[in-house]
Formats: sequence, C-alpha cells, structure tokens
Amino acid sequence: MKKECVTMLLAGGKGTRLQDLTKDLAKPAVPFGGKYRIIDFALSNCANSHMHTVGVLTQYSPLELHQHIGVGKPWDLDRMHHGLTALAPFTKDSGGSWYNGTADAITKNIDYVERYDPEYVLVISGDHIYHMDYDKMLQQHKETGADVTISVLEVPWEDTSRFGILNTAEDLRIYDFEEKPTNATSNLASMGIYIFNWKLLKKYLLDDAQQTDSEHDFGKNIIPSMLRDQHNLFAYRFEGYWKDVGTIQSYWEAHMDLFDKDLEKLVSNKDWRVYSHDSQFPPQLIEDNAVIDQALINNGCIVSGTVTKSILSENVHIAEGATVNQSIIFSGARIGENVHLERVIVQEGVVIPPNNTVISDPNEEPIILSDENIKTIHN
Amino acid sequence: MKTMMGLINLEPELDLYEELTYFRSGASLPFAGRYRLIDFTLSNMVHSSIQEVAIFAQNKYRSLMDHVGSGAAWDLDRRHGGVFILPPDWNDPTDISKGDLRHFHNNIDYFTRGKSEYVLISGSQFIANTSYDDFFKHHLDQEADVTLLTTSYETLLPEHEKFIKVDTDSDGWVTSLSHDKKKQRLFTGVYVLHRDLLLELVQECIAHYKSNLFMDGIMANLDQLKVQAYHYDGYSAVVNSVDSYYRQNMKLLETENYKKLFLSGNDILTKIGNQAPTIYHSGANSTNSLIATGCEINGEINNSIIFRDVKVAEDAVINNSIIMQHSTVESGVHLDNVIVDKDVIITKDQALQGANGQPFVIPKRKTI
Repeated sequence: MKKECVTMLLAGGKGTRLQDLTKDLAKPAVPFGGKYRIIDFALSNCANSHMHTVGVLTQYSPLELHQHIGVGKPWDLDRMHHGLTALAPFTKDSGGSWYNGTADAITKNIDYVERYDPEYVLVISGDHIYHMDYDKMLQQHKETGADVTISVLEVPWEDTSRFGILNTAEDLRIYDFEEKPTNATSNLASMGIYIFNWKLLKKYLLDDAQQTDSEHDFGKNIIPSMLRDQHNLFAYRFEGYWKDVGTIQSYWEAHMDLFDKDLEKLVSNKDWRVYSHDSQFPPQLIEDNAVIDQALINNGCIVSGTVTKSILSENVHIAEGATVNQSIIFSGARIGENVHLERVIVQEGVVIPPNNTVISDPNEEPIILSDENIKTIHN
Repeated sequence: MKTMMGLINLEPELDLYEELTYFRSGASLPFAGRYRLIDFTLSNMVHSSIQEVAIFAQNKYRSLMDHVGSGAAWDLDRRHGGVFILPPDWNDPTDISKGDLRHFHNNIDYFTRGKSEYVLISGSQFIANTSYDDFFKHHLDQEADVTLLTTSYETLLPEHEKFIKVDTDSDGWVTSLSHDKKKQRLFTGVYVLHRDLLLELVQECIAHYKSNLFMDGIMANLDQLKVQAYHYDGYSAVVNSVDSYYRQNMKLLETENYKKLFLSGNDILTKIGNQAPTIYHSGANSTNSLIATGCEINGEINNSIIFRDVKVAEDAVINNSIIMQHSTVESGVHLDNVIVDKDVIITKDQALQGANGQPFVIPKRKTI
C-alpha cells in the first residue's frame, strides 16, 4: 500500500547521561510529567500531524517500551493497513546484528519502508519534549523542492557548542553543517528531525553501509555527504518549546517548566493532545492536613503531607508530616511520615521510610532515589 | 466448567435523581470523581470471569452507549461474547409481553446463543468492589434454583428503605421477601439462576400477562423455588435519590471508606479519557477532597468531589460540593452543599448554597 510519507522514530538509545533513570529502561520510555513517557510527545506529534505510518526503532532495554507502545492504540495508530510497527533488531538468512548507528537502524529496515513505497521519509527521535506539526515541515519540503529538510531551532549563542549547527542562506538553503562548533557562525541548531526524499536517502544509506570508517550516523555521515554532493538541503524553522531531556538536570528543569503558566499547555493543550496509556486508579484523595501549592498530581495518589512545586505520578502516597518540594515522584512510590525531599527524583515503587531527609545540593544534579540507594541513605 | 453470562437489567430502574437524570439514565450517573454507577457492576462482572454482558437499556441511554462503547475499558471488546447494549426494539407483531419481560422476550437470542449455562442478573444501583465467584460457587454448592446476593447496613438510611428485604432460615433458604422498612438484610438486586429456569420463568410470566420478572417470576413463586441467599459483608453503597447520591459520594472522603471501595480487591474499571494530571497553581489549596485528572485548580477546595477537566479559578472556594466533568468555577465563586452537573459555568463572584445534607443541584450545561 502506497504512503506518501513514512515516519521512522529512533527509540533505541540508552541515554547514558540519565544515569539510573535508564538503568533498565530505554530513554524514550522514561516517565515524564506524572503520566507520560518521553516518547509520547513524538508519537502524539505523529498522531496530531497525520503521520500514521510509524516505524519505531527499538534496541536498548525494550521491554517496557514495547509494552508501552503496543500496537499504538493510545495514539490511534492501531490501523488496518499501516499504523505503528515496532522494529527491533533481528536476524535473517544472511545473519544479523545490532543497530550500529542511527543511519544503520534505517538501513536495516529498508524492507519496512519499501512496503509503503513512500516519496518521503521523516526521521525523528523519541528523546525530546515538544509539540510540532510535522505536516507543516513536509509542506515546506515539497514547496522548496528540497532533497532534505532539517528542522532547526534558534539556540542562545553560548549553547551553540552543544549542538549540530547549520549555516543557511536567506532562503534557508543549508550550505554548511558543523557538529558542536567552538566558534559558531550561526545559532540555528539541528533538532535531529529530518525529511528525506526516500530514493535519495536509500542510495546514501546503501553507500554508507559499505564505508567501514563510517559511524552510520545521520548528523556525522549522511548529512555531510549529501552536503558535499551539493544536494538541496533546506532548514525548517521551528518555533516553540523544545527540550532535550538528555541529562538529569535538563530532565528536572523540563518538569519545573510545567508550572510556568506559559508552558503548562505542554501536557494539557486540548488542541494538541499528548496521548499516553491510561490506567484505572481511583481519583486522588487529598486528606485533611494536606497542603498543596503548585503540583501536578495523577490518579491514585493519597496525599496527607505538603507538596510544593512537585510532580506525583499515579498511585503515590505522601504520608502525614512529609514535605515534597521541587521533586518528581514516579508511580507507586511511598513517602513515609516526616520525610523531607527537595529537588529529588524518586523512582517507581521506591519506599522511603519515615523521618528521612534528602536534599540535593543546588549546584549539583538532582539526586535519584532508587531501591538500591535508598538503603544507604536510610542507614 | 460452569460459567455465567451477565445481564444488567435497567428496565425496572426509575430515574430517581431529579435534575441529574433529566438527560441520562440512573446507570450512567457520574459517581466518585471518575465513574458512572454502572462501572461497579460491569467491573464486578468481568472480575468474575463473565465474558458476555447484556444491558437492557430502557430510555435516555445515549450517555450510557457513549460510556460503555465497545466495552474496551472492561476488556469486553471480544471476538466472541463481549458487551451488548440492547435498547427497546420490539419487532414481534404477536408479542404480548409487558414490562421487563418484553426485553427478555425480544432478546431471547442473547440467552440461547450465549455459551454460559448460568445468568447473573443485576441492576446498576449496588456499588461495591467484589467478584461474584464465591456467590456463584455458593449457588452451585447449595444446588439452589435461584441465589440472591444480600447485604446489610448498620444504620438504615432512607435509601435502604426502598429495597426488598430478605428473611432466611438457618440454612440460608429464603423464607420471605418483603418491603419491610425495619428489616436489616436487603436484597442487592443481584441474583443468579440457570438459563433454562430463567427462560421457563419468562415464558410463564408472559403467558400470565405479568410485567416484572423478579416480582412475578421469583417472588411470587417463592414456595416452589429453592431460593438461597448469599451475604456480602464488604463495603458497599446503594443510591436511589439525590440525597443518597450526595451522601454516598461524600462517604468516600473518609480514607477508610475510600480504601475499602477502591483499594481492596480489583480496580474499578471505567471509560478512560486521556486527561493530564491535575495541576494546582500557586494559591490553590485542597483538603479532604477527591479529585480526578485534567483539572486546573487555582482556588480552594474542601470536603468536595471534583470530576475530570474541571477548572477552578483563583479566589473560588468550594465546600461540601460535587462538581462534575468539564464544569468551570470562575473567580470569587463560593459554593457550599452544591451538586454541579456536567458542562456548567458558575460565573464570577456567584455564591450558591444548599442545605446541609440536601444539596442544591445545578443541571447540566447551565450558566449561572
């Protein structure tokens, strides 16, 4: 069945800098915002932008991720003839191997893409918190007659050394691409979102697969070779909130952004919904002595203590006398009596015994409390 | 293995909730922040390995059909079995049946096609978190013709008076059924019987121009049928008026009751809505309240139940009230003892107060 555009969502990464959060979990499956997982933003963008043929490339610790995406039902991607397909590494007659780079992951799934005989392939990742209409980008791609369109965002000049920076002409034609430059001449950063003309991409993927010294990476190999060969590369300017939650600090900051009245629509925008799995916990019970000032609280929570500027996922209990400040509590956690938490992240199901205090140093990344380290803190 | 099919018979249920049931049946009355009354019965049925459930809908069933949908929330979207909503649809020109027997007569296929030998019949007013497995086992062990699920309450409230009361002998055989207001043990409306007996009773009732299966088929034949009673002593509630609806909602603000109804046993399943977690802004506060997801809270909420997607503006104070889905409470509003139905807007600085225990009801879609 022919589809104009196939989306390939890269979701196989570990996200090493998220430390304990990705110990047994792929980064796209890391919880976010009291209900979601990071990948929900990209998948919801697909659903809202009418991108209904989505291959999700998984590799690292995929169990929870696979369970979460399932057949794509929360995003209305459970379709008869297309919809969502989880694409994990596989073996076949000629052998098999892990995905070795972002481009390699697509190369190994050329058969999947070809089933839909697409004109375009949209490549995105499941690592960012943002709302974006991919269809608008596709319209620009068609209008400019580009071979490749790369979505870009203006970043502060001092941050340019952390990004892939694109230099463009006035008509947004890209003439130069620098990975993490020290002296940037532009502040347009690549968001890792690409639209390719499939025929051209396929040729470059097959060529790249033959290069033994290639890292098989879109940013490092595919895009630079296409630029060298003077293909038409255009930038697409994205405006809006976009947060890479690749470090514990940025992950925590993105959560605190949810209390910003201008940004709170990130999860509650009725015109651009973020979809996720729903569970069947009862409504939250806020008890007599509870104090709540700025909080995001999900179903199944029972709160007796004080919650300020914090996020409680479903089924979290906060006992009497406990205070939770600027913290993120994952589902099923139990915060004991007179526990004081400030700027910490409590992992799924962790039980914090009464009378403990954990406060993160303001100059350090927030502390992650897990089943393992809670024992050392307790003793 | 002996199995049951479910029947939720809404035909005999009256719309007893004044404004709250102007546009919906009692079965789809919102309850406890995110549920509809029928969710409890449906959940208990699927937690008893019932794989097919028919609902005899009688009137005002649009919201019910929307809510139950394909049955996916209860895992009742099945290739075989699943949920069947059966509205009144009488096609047989020779039909002489009356009352709820009309439903049985016109939907006889549901019972004959079903794979289960036994039928569990229920209404929608018994609110509990249980499974009917032990109840069914009791029925089989006692080799009864019919087994009734009964319960009792320490304090008899007006909502309990309307129920049928049960007397049994020491072996649990039912000796009398009555509307005696003083008696403690009440029939929950849940009973089980063999399909063949059900169809036989239906035929007999129709042949004698009767109009109520339970009253005319079972109650009137108490001397000829072996009717057992099985007692349920877990937490439960019954509602059948605005006052009892309000009272039974408010009881769930006590942590002990909340835990008994929601956290002991299985999840109560309901239609999911993909709401974001509820956000409290600075200046918001809430105590002793049950609050669903998708709400945006800037004001103060005490002793209240707030359904999904409710907006409460700054300086609004809500006490002892129930606010249903999608309603908006604007700034400076004071509510006390009020039930606000869905899609209502309470405009700036309004003060509304009901009497203690007798809430003031604001009907659906009003702007006040």
